Amino acid sequence: MSRKVSLALALAALVSGGGAWAGESSVQLAQGAGVERVQAYCAICHSLDYIVMNSPFQDRVGWDKTVTKMVKVMGAPITPEDTTAIVDYLAAYYGKAPQ
Amino acid sequence: MDRRKFLLRTSGTVAGSLLLPRIGIATASADELPAGTVASSALDTMPGKRPLVRRTFRPPNFETPVEVFREAYTPNDAFYVRWHSAVPEVSLADWRLRIAGPAVQTPREYTYAEIVRKFKRAEVAAVNQCSGNRRGLFSPHVPGVQWGFGAMGNAVWGGVSLKHLLEDAGISAGALEVVANGADAAMLTGPDFVKSLPMWKALDPGTLLAFEMNGEPLPAGNGFPARIVAPGWTATYWIKAVTELTVTDKAFDGFWMKTAYRVPKGMFGDSGFQSQDTEQNSPITSIKVNSLIVSPARGATLPAGRRVEIMGIAWDGGSGIRKVEVSLDGGASWRDAKLDRDLGRYSWRQWHYGFKPQPGAVTVLARALARDGSTQTEKLVHNPAGYHHNIVQRADYHVA
Repeated sequence: MSRKVSLALALAALVSGGGAWAGESSVQLAQGAGVERVQAYCAICHSLDYIVMNSPFQDRVGWDKTVTKMVKVMGAPITPEDTTAIVDYLAAYYGKAPQ
Repeated sequence: MDRRKFLLRTSGTVAGSLLLPRIGIATASADELPAGTVASSALDTMPGKRPLVRRTFRPPNFETPVEVFREAYTPNDAFYVRWHSAVPEVSLADWRLRIAGPAVQTPREYTYAEIVRKFKRAEVAAVNQCSGNRRGLFSPHVPGVQWGFGAMGNAVWGGVSLKHLLEDAGISAGALEVVANGADAAMLTGPDFVKSLPMWKALDPGTLLAFEMNGEPLPAGNGFPARIVAPGWTATYWIKAVTELTVTDKAFDGFWMKTAYRVPKGMFGDSGFQSQDTEQNSPITSIKVNSLIVSPARGATLPAGRRVEIMGIAWDGGSGIRKVEVSLDGGASWRDAKLDRDLGRYSWRQWHYGFKPQPGAVTVLARALARDGSTQTEKLVHNPAGYHHNIVQRADYHVA
């Protein structure tokens, strides 16, 4: 894809406002068990900087509450098994350090 | 390398707290905002805006750099942006405002042209402040968008009084709330972002359906083509891209009213919104008295022995600012700052305080006192959602 075309696409995404934004792919999550599931599910509705921004002050209980809200209130289509994997990942890589 | 790439790469390798002051934004220091917030934020440009502090890409949450608050009215291209879901695309030609509901006598539908032709123009200067402004400065931190000081702005809003629209449709005796919905849609099966106002607030002549901000059409990020302006109340009620007003005879029980945007009962006084109060909690409503030290930027070096002007802003939920006091001795003594022109009770008030700092360091404290007698808190009133951060302001400077 030429530079011009990719720029045009990026601009189109920007103009559509709030749709998938080319820039958000720059958000890099820590590599680790469960990261693919986090990327696949969480990014359906929001950019992954939401995770980094809300760190590292939540413990596992806090992250569990957040993910449960995403499923129960916001309608995220995540199975219980995947929910556990996602919470494990968030607590391990974006959780509060043990006291 | 384009600007965004540069910023991202730099913010990934250098602590954002070092990056931000170097490129000239006054923001909360690293020990206040969560480390992850500092690492993931950067100056970034969204359509129609100058570079703002990006907290999240999608939905877009961008805050205004503090230095912009040197201006009495926040320019539209610098005004913060906050969405719960994607920014809707609305064309003015297709836009309609519908007024209906069980407590409406004659349901109406208006075009933009019909509204501006039929109703008298109204204007109000008012602070628009996100309920979660300064959430990122909470200690201990609470989840949510980790805003610093810039999820707010001051503008002259132009449009028509909501009261005139509602009266045109005719309000029944049992009317309890006006429910406002915008063109944005929930993602997946989540709750649509819909908010209600009590009748007294909806019928307050200062409450507008606004088409303009500072004499220009609303930017898309701030609710084009029309938004609710509820002066003195936090911005959660200022529904953007509004298309529907429903006048109800029952308390609206949508998620964003009954579950979100709540504060513990009594913690911040009477909500003024009885139909939404419960035994445990109340909706967040009016803005608490507050101030901000705008310039010089926190952490700056001041020239020793030369007169320095501290400039800031102060505002509240609409009683107006009575005075702003400054302390240079850790709060032992306070002196009045000079208040600039009063731009209206819902606008913020700019203030100045001049002094000659001695070599070393100086800490400036500032607190606002409102006409209703309320003042800023000395300690954070912690609450689960991270609202109403209005502690006495502090700026530390080097003097050389």
